[in-house]
Amino acid sequence: MNLALVLDSLPQLLSGLLVTLEITAWALALGLAASIPLALMRVSTNPVLRLPVFGFIFYFRGTPLLVQLFLIYYGSGQFRPELEALGLWVYFREPYFCAVLTLTLNTAAYTAEILRGSIQAVPFGEIEAARACGMSRGLLYRRIILPKAFRLALPAYSNEVVFLFQATSLVSIITLLDLTGVARVMVARTFAVYELYIAAGLLYLACTYLILWVLRKVEYRLSGHLRPREAEPARPDLSPAGLP
Amino acid sequence: MKKLVLGFAAAAFGFAAVSASAEEHVVRIGTEGAYPPFNYIDAEGNLVGFDIDVANALCDAAGFECELVVQDWDGIIPGLLARRYDAIIASMSITEERKEVVDFTEKYYATPAKFVKADDRDLDIPDDISEANDTLSGMAIGVQRATVHENFLRDNFGDADIRVYATQDEANLDLVNGRVDLVMADSVVLLEGFLETEEGEGYSFVGPDYIEEQWHGEGIGIAVRKGEDDLREALNAAIEEIRETGTYQEINAKYFDFDVYGD
Repeated sequence: MNLALVLDSLPQLLSGLLVTLEITAWALALGLAASIPLALMRVSTNPVLRLPVFGFIFYFRGTPLLVQLFLIYYGSGQFRPELEALGLWVYFREPYFCAVLTLTLNTAAYTAEILRGSIQAVPFGEIEAARACGMSRGLLYRRIILPKAFRLALPAYSNEVVFLFQATSLVSIITLLDLTGVARVMVARTFAVYELYIAAGLLYLACTYLILWVLRKVEYRLSGHLRPREAEPARPDLSPAGLP
Repeated sequence: MKKLVLGFAAAAFGFAAVSASAEEHVVRIGTEGAYPPFNYIDAEGNLVGFDIDVANALCDAAGFECELVVQDWDGIIPGLLARRYDAIIASMSITEERKEVVDFTEKYYATPAKFVKADDRDLDIPDDISEANDTLSGMAIGVQRATVHENFLRDNFGDADIRVYATQDEANLDLVNGRVDLVMADSVVLLEGFLETEEGEGYSFVGPDYIEEQWHGEGIGIAVRKGEDDLREALNAAIEEIRETGTYQEINAKYFDFDVYGD
């Protein structure tokens, strides 16, 4: 175990970790934003809305992320003239963009499916009660169904966040120098396989538990109304002495 | 029973006689036969290639009677140690690791590393490495991961955007896709695997040949068993001779339009 080497390599590993976190953050933000309309389309009774989303989720959940990365990165090269005509090639040219796009589509598909499940799990009684109050469809979704669905989805979504964070390690295959990519480059040079992969692994581990800790806090907050009320502190007796 | 013992004795004697004569007259040469254009089996089933022609020329020059033996790459050094043949002429790089188990002759070729670019890309790479580093500053260069070429680029072209790929084919693909400006690899690998294929049309070598011992090793040599100095010296003399008589250059020209010997 060569500790000096690990310490020397730490700045480079941390710069790789920064790329990993950036890619994760972009993909999560964009993927979550996309997943809400996708989930709503997925639960729609209109097949024109439902079927394309069903196909999208079916494909991205059913194929390995590595294949999706190759498809978008190398596959887009084959359609370079078309993409250039559309002015999109400047984006697809960059491995960073291809990585974020692939991870976004992947996480959007998984998140949409999680949300679908929790939308359908909202108790019908609550929906009925909202309708009885005269809520419109939009208001019903905004006030009742989606907030409830988000709370129900959170534990499953926490898993998805961690999976996505770890899945970003695949982007080194399309030349990006994320944490894994940096470690691989340094291993090829120093042959210090154990030291560098253990160091990279510990960085992933630390971030994973940090993410889980934050999400647990969020979950705790959002479920406040479900916890039994803590015993209220005894109020000082303010009544004038002697009165009944 | 007696017959059987006699049989064994005859076999053992026969074997000893063969190996004794091998050491004296016939030199057996091991090669791989699966590494075009250096050594491979052609459509007619003949063993051909640059290594084979060099082997035959060396045997002529040294006055050996030679016999070629085909052996898979992973067993090629064990086969030498087990005396299945006496020398390996199979494009084997002279490395420190191999030097622990076998001896090498001087190199008989050393292909340089080179850059490849698109023909319509206006770019000249100066011979001087530090000037070249300035020229290539910020450009994307594709290279195969964990190769001597990656190390060479990282140490000498640190200002470039070095992109590492799992295979050379992927790096070539991204050159065609326009994601990288250049790729670097062994010149023969680039020539055979890319430039002379359909995908490689419109691409060509650019810049000088790179062959720096610190990164690229000492070149390709002939391996012999440790301590067999007579054979090694005879092969060294033969390499020198075919270089001088022009036989080497003829073989070179038959396969490549550049000098594979290096400096």
